[in-house]
Amino acid sequence: MKNEPNTLEDIKAIRKLMEESTRFLSLSGLSGVIAGTAALAGALLAWLFIDDTWSLAGVAAVVLVISLTFAYFLSIKKAKRDKKHFWTPVSRKMLLNLFIPLATGGALAIIFLIKGNFQLVVPVFLIFYGLALINASKFTLGEIFYLGLLEIATGLLVTLFPDLWLIGWSLGFGVLHIVYGLLMYGKYGK
Amino acid sequence: MKDLITNLNKIFESRVRLGIMSVLTVNESYDFNSLKEALAVTDGNLASHLKALEKEGMIAVEKQFIDRKPNTSYSATKKGRAAFSEHISALENLIRET
Repeated sequence: MKNEPNTLEDIKAIRKLMEESTRFLSLSGLSGVIAGTAALAGALLAWLFIDDTWSLAGVAAVVLVISLTFAYFLSIKKAKRDKKHFWTPVSRKMLLNLFIPLATGGALAIIFLIKGNFQLVVPVFLIFYGLALINASKFTLGEIFYLGLLEIATGLLVTLFPDLWLIGWSLGFGVLHIVYGLLMYGKYGK
Repeated sequence: MKDLITNLNKIFESRVRLGIMSVLTVNESYDFNSLKEALAVTDGNLASHLKALEKEGMIAVEKQFIDRKPNTSYSATKKGRAAFSEHISALENLIRET
């Protein structure tokens, strides 16, 4: 027959397995800070030097690639440090749920660029990015949900006031990411 | 005391089997390799526990090929879910009562 410390241990192990097999918890907070900084640097560059739309789109693409690359490698590192696996059924589910709305938003942004609806590019991408985060939040840290809501609010605001697009960019992709990253860094470590 | 342990199911007495059932009750299905990583056990160990659970009708096995590689995935059966949740309740009662 089992004694109680053993039973307690069993229940703890069960809880941990249930949580870890349904949520990807290795998302790096530091990568949020880096993504935010890259977005702010891009916004500064755009504000100071760039006035044609396609160079602007190029800067945005570079910022996106830098952010995703750091998010990927820092999360792998975090998973290793926590002795967890990075590539699991739940991380695949999270990525799928993130990238469907994100890719839709990206495609829409490119279509708007081509069609000349320039003022819709930033707000639409902010909104779809927010929806992507909310969609992915079921499979990772729950806090992402609130980040998603704030991205959508920022996107709607920029839709309403198109002249504020650069502020929307800096706020949505820069400030929000840095604040979120620092909060997660404090709560869950690097 | 005897009442307390009557609901504990013998089949779930190993830590590995508890782990398997925990993962399978919260996921639709899970493949062999991912299960192995999640539980940090060896192939042989996992396979024998899976076989035992399958024999009791607690889990269902589905074999298929993905990119020509064999892939076995497991899911909890209705019976397995019910038995496991009863077992967990019994464990919790055991802690509460002692």
